[in-house]
Amino acid sequence: MKEKKNVPFEPAVDYTDDYPRFTREMKDTHTILIPNMLPWHFKIISFILGGRGYKVELLLNDSRAVIDEGLKHVHNDTCYPALCVIGQYIDALKSGKYDLNRTAVMISQSGGGCRASNYLPLIRKALKAEFPQVPVLSLNFSGLEKDSGLEMDLSLILKLGMGIFYGDVLMSLYNQCKPYEKRVGESDQAREECFAEIEALFAGKAYKAYAKNVKKMLDRFSRIERTSEKKVKVGIVGEIYVKYSPIGNNRLEEFLLAEGSEPVVPALMDFVLYCIVNNINDSKLYGRNKKAGFAYSLVYKYLLHIQRKIIKLFKKEGSFEPPHDFEHLRGYADKVIHQGVKMGEGWLIPAEMAALADSGTENIVCAQPFGCLPNHIVGKGAVRAVKELFPNVNVVPIDYDPSATKVNQENRIKLMLATARENLQK
Amino acid sequence: MKGLLGIDVGSTTVKVTVIESETGKILYKSYERHFARVKECVLEELEKVEALFPDASFKTAITGSAGLGLAEKSGVPFVQEVQAAFIAIRKFYPDADVAVELGGEDAKIIFITGGTEQRMNGSCAGGTGAFIDQMATLLDVSVPEMDEFAARAEKVYPIASRCGVFAKSDIQPLINQGAAKADIAASIFHAVVDQTVAGLAQGRKIKGKVLFLGGPLYFLSSLRKAFVDILGLDESHAIFPENAPVFMSLGAALYADALDEGPMSAIIEKISSAHAGNAVATGEPLFADAAEYEAFVERHKRSDLSFADIRSYRGDAYLGIDSGSTTTKMILVTPDDRILYSHYQSNNGQPLDIVVDKLKTLYWLGGDRVNIRAAAVTGYGEELIKAALKVDFGIVETVAHFKAALHFNPKVDFIIDIGGQDIKCFRVKNRAIDSIMLNEACSSGCGSFIQTFAKAMNMDIEPFSRLGLFAKNPVELGSRCTVFMNSAVKQAQKEGASVEDISAGLSSSIVKNAIYKVIRAKTSEELGKHIVVQGGTFMNDAVLRSFEKETGKEVIRPAIAGLMGAYGAALYAKETQSVTTAQSTLLSATELERFSYASRSTNCHGCTSHCNINILTFADGRKYISGNKCERGAGKKPASEGADIYAYKYSRLLSLFDGETAKKTRGRVGLPMQLVMFEQLPLWQGFFETLGFETVVSERSSRELYFKGQHTVASDTACYPAKLMHGHIESLLDQGVDFIFYPCESYNLDEGGSVNHYNCPVVAYYPELLKANNERLNDQNFVMPYIDLNMRRTTVRNLAAALKRFGVKKGEIKRALKVGFKALVDYYVDIRIKGIRILEKARAEKKPIVVLAGRPYHADPEINHGIGKLLTSLGFAVLSEDSILNLTPHVKVNVLNQWTYHSRLYRAAQFAVENRDVNLVQLVSFGCGIDAVTTDELRSILEKNDKLYTQIKIDEINNLGVVKIRLRSMLAAIEEQNAAREREKASNGQFDGTVFAFMDEAAVSKEEA
Repeated sequence: MKEKKNVPFEPAVDYTDDYPRFTREMKDTHTILIPNMLPWHFKIISFILGGRGYKVELLLNDSRAVIDEGLKHVHNDTCYPALCVIGQYIDALKSGKYDLNRTAVMISQSGGGCRASNYLPLIRKALKAEFPQVPVLSLNFSGLEKDSGLEMDLSLILKLGMGIFYGDVLMSLYNQCKPYEKRVGESDQAREECFAEIEALFAGKAYKAYAKNVKKMLDRFSRIERTSEKKVKVGIVGEIYVKYSPIGNNRLEEFLLAEGSEPVVPALMDFVLYCIVNNINDSKLYGRNKKAGFAYSLVYKYLLHIQRKIIKLFKKEGSFEPPHDFEHLRGYADKVIHQGVKMGEGWLIPAEMAALADSGTENIVCAQPFGCLPNHIVGKGAVRAVKELFPNVNVVPIDYDPSATKVNQENRIKLMLATARENLQK
Repeated sequence: MKGLLGIDVGSTTVKVTVIESETGKILYKSYERHFARVKECVLEELEKVEALFPDASFKTAITGSAGLGLAEKSGVPFVQEVQAAFIAIRKFYPDADVAVELGGEDAKIIFITGGTEQRMNGSCAGGTGAFIDQMATLLDVSVPEMDEFAARAEKVYPIASRCGVFAKSDIQPLINQGAAKADIAASIFHAVVDQTVAGLAQGRKIKGKVLFLGGPLYFLSSLRKAFVDILGLDESHAIFPENAPVFMSLGAALYADALDEGPMSAIIEKISSAHAGNAVATGEPLFADAAEYEAFVERHKRSDLSFADIRSYRGDAYLGIDSGSTTTKMILVTPDDRILYSHYQSNNGQPLDIVVDKLKTLYWLGGDRVNIRAAAVTGYGEELIKAALKVDFGIVETVAHFKAALHFNPKVDFIIDIGGQDIKCFRVKNRAIDSIMLNEACSSGCGSFIQTFAKAMNMDIEPFSRLGLFAKNPVELGSRCTVFMNSAVKQAQKEGASVEDISAGLSSSIVKNAIYKVIRAKTSEELGKHIVVQGGTFMNDAVLRSFEKETGKEVIRPAIAGLMGAYGAALYAKETQSVTTAQSTLLSATELERFSYASRSTNCHGCTSHCNINILTFADGRKYISGNKCERGAGKKPASEGADIYAYKYSRLLSLFDGETAKKTRGRVGLPMQLVMFEQLPLWQGFFETLGFETVVSERSSRELYFKGQHTVASDTACYPAKLMHGHIESLLDQGVDFIFYPCESYNLDEGGSVNHYNCPVVAYYPELLKANNERLNDQNFVMPYIDLNMRRTTVRNLAAALKRFGVKKGEIKRALKVGFKALVDYYVDIRIKGIRILEKARAEKKPIVVLAGRPYHADPEINHGIGKLLTSLGFAVLSEDSILNLTPHVKVNVLNQWTYHSRLYRAAQFAVENRDVNLVQLVSFGCGIDAVTTDELRSILEKNDKLYTQIKIDEINNLGVVKIRLRSMLAAIEEQNAAREREKASNGQFDGTVFAFMDEAAVSKEEA
């Protein structure tokens, strides 16, 4: 057993097929399609990248054809998110709306031990037969796909980070107002207004003044007249795609709103911080990649600092539930599971469940693709541990799958809501 | 009168109850099947209530899975059904602890005391009423009959309960082997209980006063008995309420008490004005008009065969028998291929009786004029029929189908056969089968599935499928497993789709399932130019038309599409026998008159597997044994155990724990032999022995061991190796070890050549799940440090922290690890040496070689179900993916190669590519998400190099029937390929096969360009 340096990667037999790269020149010529994972966050990301000279388009197609194309192009047992994303790409490319010689698609890669890191090769395979000229662009921070990745630099990373913070604040405020608004549609209007302002911020340097900007959003939403009735709060945790994407989770947020409850969706920044922490933990737990570990802890501290500032602003305003302090969230992770569980959404899911329960959201939908590997352990597998800590927590794991019917899913959520309503009356 | 009205609309039935508001007396209850006519049925029931209580006013609520849509559209208040049950329980049985409710498509459990909890089954429908219905159909009995049968059972067979499709594959062989119906019926109910315990209770014990609710439990006494027996309840703790079938509607009525009141007419008005939505996705009609249909029929008539009259024909004839999983097919042909006689019949669980009966008919019809020169049999029942009736030849069904298809189109390059239970597809190259694709347990959607739906609609299959031909808006039902399809159909019905549209939708989803899921074609061009379709399901014009529409190709469907297996067998008999002068060994007419048999089942004691075997004794004293996994069960000596590295690996690992160990003082440590610990046993055994601990390995895996831990399984869609782990943990706890050692390893050992060296998420973190879900585990008796074995310093540190309370020092750990690693390397070396020995011996004996590529823990016989043995009995030598690592280079692949175990698979494929006499068979555990990535990549590596790719999916299902067909087909294909190579060699002189491989590759790249 030796401490191994990275052995140069020199395989003897090469079966890799050639694929189109995303070259520098393509930046000027190509439209880059991105999947609809989080409608508002990804809109923000698309215009941040737009500011960098990339032509980015957020895909909004969501007909049944999306799922059908996915089914045709992806292995039966591959996870549902891959199927949705690939289906969305192929359906869009087939629509005739895009010049196929001037279109690329983008996907994020985390490089973790879950199959999700294989989405990119899967997309390449799926596109190969019908759209061989369409390059797949990787958005990652782990140095994968160097010849076909997005050019990363510190300022872009910073912008993306800010974009995510703003998206999270927007999502959280909207969800806290929508169920209680006295004039129908006011929350939507506030969201539109704030969104337009965020877009303007990134045109210049104003995006950096996050305290001011967040405060503005808080002000705007606090002006919405809200009823004081008590509604059932439902947290949404789970696999990152089906947790957020309306395509992936059959419009779960809308359904919960229609059922008269308040959806509580944890911040996307939590996932980002979770990924960063995993790198720090790898260095701490195993002594892997210590240099990177150090760099990551600097980034982590910086982001945490911003998050805490935002929390303070929320608290000062007083009428909205602030985001959960990430260090506190990590504390919960240690109580229910080890922070070494780092594949997929890993320890983040049980930690979020515990944090939600702790902050008064005891009803939780755990959204997971059917047969998701990490979720066996951190989803269904961890519910018991969370329950021991918070005996009243009311979790319903829901499987998402191309053929799982909406009726079945909604019926199970309704059961959870019935229990929730009863608990609310107690 | 003022009443409370509860309406429960389930997936199959409508239940209505009326409670008198003041007295709480139940005035009325009804229970009716709705046959998908939900609204009509509810209205009929309500009218009955109205007639009975003309002047009453009601407070009303709807509940039930199918009631949801109705409630939404009519505006009648809805209460979720588990909630409804809960309300009724609190009213009628306030002292109950747990309630179990089985419904049509749902199964629910409510824990009342000790922390209220309500659970429903996930998206798999195992263990529900629909599952029981499906199984009854399979046994060809009604559900009440099945109940009666089960009462007379003598033994219980293990049957997978998670999914109807899985259970079928367990049950079908039992039926084919002639196991008693009573025993099968009891096993099915047993499986339902298992599913409730494993899938629903998930670690929580069902104890105290248990209430059993829902139709199936009310009507089926054997099911009730199974629950009571398995849960170990006595009479005072198992409560079967008189109102069980209508219990939810009672709850709904009670819930309604808080709602507004109104006359019945108002409720009927509301429900009848509920409009069906248009949310169903629909496709194009199959035929534009009648003329298009007629042209289609005319075109397919061209593929008919000619007939001869058996009553007047004189001369030789050849008999083909296809004893399929659900149907028996027989065909008798003349030497010039005219049909004398054919027969197609559902085998009703008695395949042998049918063949005997029809053979008698044949002899009677043919008299002395017709001389059966030879007979061949194929299909699931091949061995049984061959042995019983002394049939001349038995051939594997893929070969039979291929022979028949060649007859209809000598240029055929693609054959697809959809039968009752399975889909088989072959690609043909150089007149030999080039690759075979069979459906897997969870993607089946075959013929019998249309039949099940036809039955559910109270129709025969033929008129039902004909309805689809002219449907205006065929429903899009997706392309996955039957159970999911069930709910998709239900949903479509709720949305108001017509029976015609559903029928057409089902036909098209069968086709889509075959093309996109079984064949995994991305475009229809991949299927080839000359397609022959066959199998009983294609006799259905709607399916045939859907196939042509989906592929955009005109295909050949022989008029005997349903008989192709039998026809191919007859052709084989002719080809083989006509060149000799031998007479057929088939039982003669007189022998057949005296033929009879008795069936008996028992356990084999040849080895520790103790297979359930079935013994048929024939009147002439011959015996036929089935159900055995190896030859030993049939009373023969195993072919060549020495040629199976899987057996060697397993015994090599177990031998670590043989022999006396010196006295150990520090304590007893338990090592569970599964998942990551399987291969690392030598490491940890050596490590702990060196530290002065006594090491105890968990019991050998078995189905019993799995059941032992089943109650702690949290996610029943995880792979079988993971679920077995729960049993291993229980086993170690029962052995009273001081602690169980099971580390979490995100990273496996770096073997080089891959981008990363992760473990899969399940393997990496399973200890977390075990600890969270097994009450018996705690920090003291379960040690699960996080380690990365590639990093010595932190491994030593983390192990030291984990073992601190035993006073183990870092220095000791360092030394012990060294010993452990040496033991691990010794193990690696041993299996590689053994691999080379097997290879050399096989080559000396000119045996075909298979690399059975899976995971290290697939060496567990409970997981591979003896596939190694099966392969050696077929004459193969068996290597494993880890035994040839030193003989093969690293491989760079298209997918992200980042898991240690999976990286070995690509190298195994390369080994098969480089060695002509080696073929690869991939073992895939059901539910393995990562293999969804590796399988396609392995297939592509092998096919790029003109090698066969064979995949075997394994789960808890203990049935090698399908596997055997697959492996025998592979063997036949290998032989055929070798023969073709020989022929090419002979005709081309100086060229050998490699040239053709290059040519094919060139052709492929040309096509791609």
